[in-house]
Amino acid sequence: MNEEIIIAGFGGQGVLSMGKILAYSGIMQDKEVSWMPSYGPEMRGGTANVTVIISDERVSSPVLNEFDTAIILNQQSMDKFETSVKLGGILIYDGNGITRHPKRKDIKIYRIDAAEKAAETGVAKVFNMVVLGGFLKIKPIVKLENVIKGIEKSLPARYHNLIPLNEKALKIGMEYIYEVNIN
Amino acid sequence: MKELKLMKGNEAFAEGTIRAGADAYFGYPITPQSEVLEYLMAVRPYETTGMVVLQAESEIAAINMVYGGASCGKRVLTSSSSPGISLKQEGISYLAGAELPCIILNVVRGGPGLGTIQPSQSDYFQSVKGGGHGDYKCIVLAPSSVQEMYDFPKLGFELAFKYRNPVLILSDGIIGQMMEKVYLDEPTPRWSEEEVIKNSPWATTGKVVDRERNIITSLILEASIQEKHVIKLYEKYKVIEENEIRYETFQCEDAEYLFVAYGSSARICQKAVQILREKGIKAGLLRPITLLPYPKKAINDLSKQIKSIVVVEMSMGQMVEDVMLAVECKIPVNHYGRTGGVIPSPKEVADFMMQKIKGE
Repeated sequence: MNEEIIIAGFGGQGVLSMGKILAYSGIMQDKEVSWMPSYGPEMRGGTANVTVIISDERVSSPVLNEFDTAIILNQQSMDKFETSVKLGGILIYDGNGITRHPKRKDIKIYRIDAAEKAAETGVAKVFNMVVLGGFLKIKPIVKLENVIKGIEKSLPARYHNLIPLNEKALKIGMEYIYEVNIN
Repeated sequence: MKELKLMKGNEAFAEGTIRAGADAYFGYPITPQSEVLEYLMAVRPYETTGMVVLQAESEIAAINMVYGGASCGKRVLTSSSSPGISLKQEGISYLAGAELPCIILNVVRGGPGLGTIQPSQSDYFQSVKGGGHGDYKCIVLAPSSVQEMYDFPKLGFELAFKYRNPVLILSDGIIGQMMEKVYLDEPTPRWSEEEVIKNSPWATTGKVVDRERNIITSLILEASIQEKHVIKLYEKYKVIEENEIRYETFQCEDAEYLFVAYGSSARICQKAVQILREKGIKAGLLRPITLLPYPKKAINDLSKQIKSIVVVEMSMGQMVEDVMLAVECKIPVNHYGRTGGVIPSPKEVADFMMQKIKGE
């Protein structure tokens, strides 16, 4: 197993921490992982993205130009990364704020209205966990129990009371992701 | 039982210095290495091991604090990124002249000048061909993983004290900012005062009755004595070259085409090797771990089975000169580089080698 993922959106959406939790989940499942953020000037108030690789073998390049899965959370990222999905790969996006929807027919496209579903829980901040849940439904590369362990490792102990809420958000994501057919 | 953590390269380096028994860190913030100082300030080793963590008023102050600490036989270090390392060069030259052991981490960003905050490898010449003034060399280590960022403080102190020489750890923005698995080993305790005196009998630890005064200086006004001193330094560098060359090979056994790359470029080339192997091209990779001393002989030996070499660097071509010297013009050596903070993709690196193979 070698899964190469890009997660891209606005700074503040929890893109980097979602990647970190995914990487930690991989470690909990005895996988090799890497997490490489964009840390350029564009992060400051603009877009943020992170490349996460989860693999059975030692990760070679942490920097890639094409991905098995792209998780896209704003329009700028859609413009930049739709073309970077490998043939037959997967694109997951949140429709919120998207004006030009993905068009590729040679990949599988899934949509998750995570901003909306997160708001319904009353804590909009779990947005990124709803997205992660959706991804894990489509690509169950790590078990839910290991994701919970990953969250425990990523969050300072003072926030551990929020773990049940995050678990709930993951499950919401798993429930509400759906495939989009491009005709 | 080793502890397993997911850490950024900069954080792993900082943790590595604490666990290597460092006595003091002197630094000044600059992207992309600020996490070193941030991590140390958050972990507060001064409350546990007693390690001093100090944000100096400038990079120049920090390197001179390193000079002071090292003079006393302490295990001290500093870190910065390219423009800050340029500021430190005077101090590094003095440290080398006075034969003081220390670690200097450079998390390289694009230049010249203030440049960009994104990753680069354009400080190779500065690191291995001098940097500061005078006839001197630093030992230069090039980590290519977060684990090595953790491991190299310990290795760096070992080498620095074995040879009484500054050790430069040449990293870059990718290795500093990325997170990977790190295995943390048992901490090495800081040296006691007795151990400092035993391990560094040359240090200024206080005059005792039955020995000569220890003097730490790089000022030797008498030309003939200065010459002797420099010759002695170069005898030491020769011993370092005989004993401390480190490198790693990847799929070189049957390789016909070779990448030579260090640091994050070596990781990118490893993926390029996989891409080329899938197309039936017998590619391999040699990754220098020590950039000084340089694995000249290993590259020369490999050149007997290799048809051509591609050197990949995030620069306009610096290490490529050392590879050319190593192969003594026996086979073609090409360079592929991106610069100014642009990171090459594994595919473009693989494509470049394909082009060169077809062009032959």
